[in-house]
Amino acid sequence: MQIDLRTVSIKPLRHTFDHIARRFGDKPASRYQEGTYDIQQTDIFHYRPMWEPELQLFDKRRTKVQMKDWYALKDPRQYYYGAWTIARARQQDAADSSFEMIEERGLAGIVPEAQRKLALDILVPMRHVEWGGNMGNSFISAYGYGTAITQPCLYHAMDHLAVAQYLTRIGLVLDGPDALDTAKDAWMNGAMWQPMRRHVENTLVLQDWFEIFVAQNLVLEGLSYPVFYDYLDSEFSANGATAISMMTRFMAEWATETSKWVDAQIKVAAAESPENKAMISDWVKQYRAPVVEALTPLIHHAFGNKADSVLDDMSAQFATRCTKLGLSV
Amino acid sequence: MSKVFIAFQLNEDTRPIIEAVLADNPHAEALESPAMVKIDAEGSLVIKRETIEELIGRKFDLQELQINLITISGHLDEDDDQFKLSWPN
Repeated sequence: MQIDLRTVSIKPLRHTFDHIARRFGDKPASRYQEGTYDIQQTDIFHYRPMWEPELQLFDKRRTKVQMKDWYALKDPRQYYYGAWTIARARQQDAADSSFEMIEERGLAGIVPEAQRKLALDILVPMRHVEWGGNMGNSFISAYGYGTAITQPCLYHAMDHLAVAQYLTRIGLVLDGPDALDTAKDAWMNGAMWQPMRRHVENTLVLQDWFEIFVAQNLVLEGLSYPVFYDYLDSEFSANGATAISMMTRFMAEWATETSKWVDAQIKVAAAESPENKAMISDWVKQYRAPVVEALTPLIHHAFGNKADSVLDDMSAQFATRCTKLGLSV
Repeated sequence: MSKVFIAFQLNEDTRPIIEAVLADNPHAEALESPAMVKIDAEGSLVIKRETIEELIGRKFDLQELQINLITISGHLDEDDDQFKLSWPN
């Protein structure tokens, strides 16, 4: 008996969902496209929210920034839930092994006293700032419009909690549980932290979600992350506290990655219309002043006589970044 | 001139690779079979890391394409940025 093997090719009737096909044509779509585009509910809202009856449950008017297509605010990293968790799990493994090595070999014990104190004074209280970042981004994902931006904002919110946890762990490694109480006390009562606390608390009560995005993700993170996880990190390494650099590795990596995403959002929104550009530029100017004011005492504490040059570098770098994004600041 | 070709398994990971190959090589032809795509090209075929990275939104190591690679034909010239098949002689 003879058996002929042959391949039968079956053409699928459709390659993806209709709403994805309307955007990209009927071809196999990536998971990011399927999990992002046109997912936002747009119609059939039976009831208006009782707490804001002039608006729909999901409403484009919750921000002054306006877009023709809210899905233009796409994520260059193409994070959907799966891709994001896989990327973060990998980073968490790496960070965990750094912490384990530091704990096992007692590397925290050989950190010079001045550097240890600096980390406890500056990095550990920052966990309260991170919590503010979590609140802001959670707000955006709750009240924002379009899955393209609300989705990564929720990831960003959770990432802020992760950073807060790493900062907490740094405190625990360097000084045990007391470090956290001391840091909380510095945050609540220390003169050095009050401008920062005032600014973070002011952003907690903002109503316009894109304004929060600019204030938190562009201005606050854009100014503070390079200072703490680049400049300060070099200080730690140069003065024999490489253990601290190992513990802040995630933050440095994460800031580089997320700033690309933030840049893409601002760039697209600002290019959409002159009104958007003016609005975003105004917000940047409005929030840059209090953030610089809040960072100044911290930078003076951390860098001593180098503080002025760090402040200048920080502002210059940020201004270049904004100009590249098409903002006039 | 003779043809070079490369064949990939067809899955979520290779779709952007195939898309990048077809974008970088307008003369290439993709032949879809069940679970496999064979790309033929006259003379030479180049796979660029940069194009794939743009499509997938993350860093890509060209070695990753070996996971889903079925077969190739042609003289292979490979570095960190591109994977090139051709018949140079």
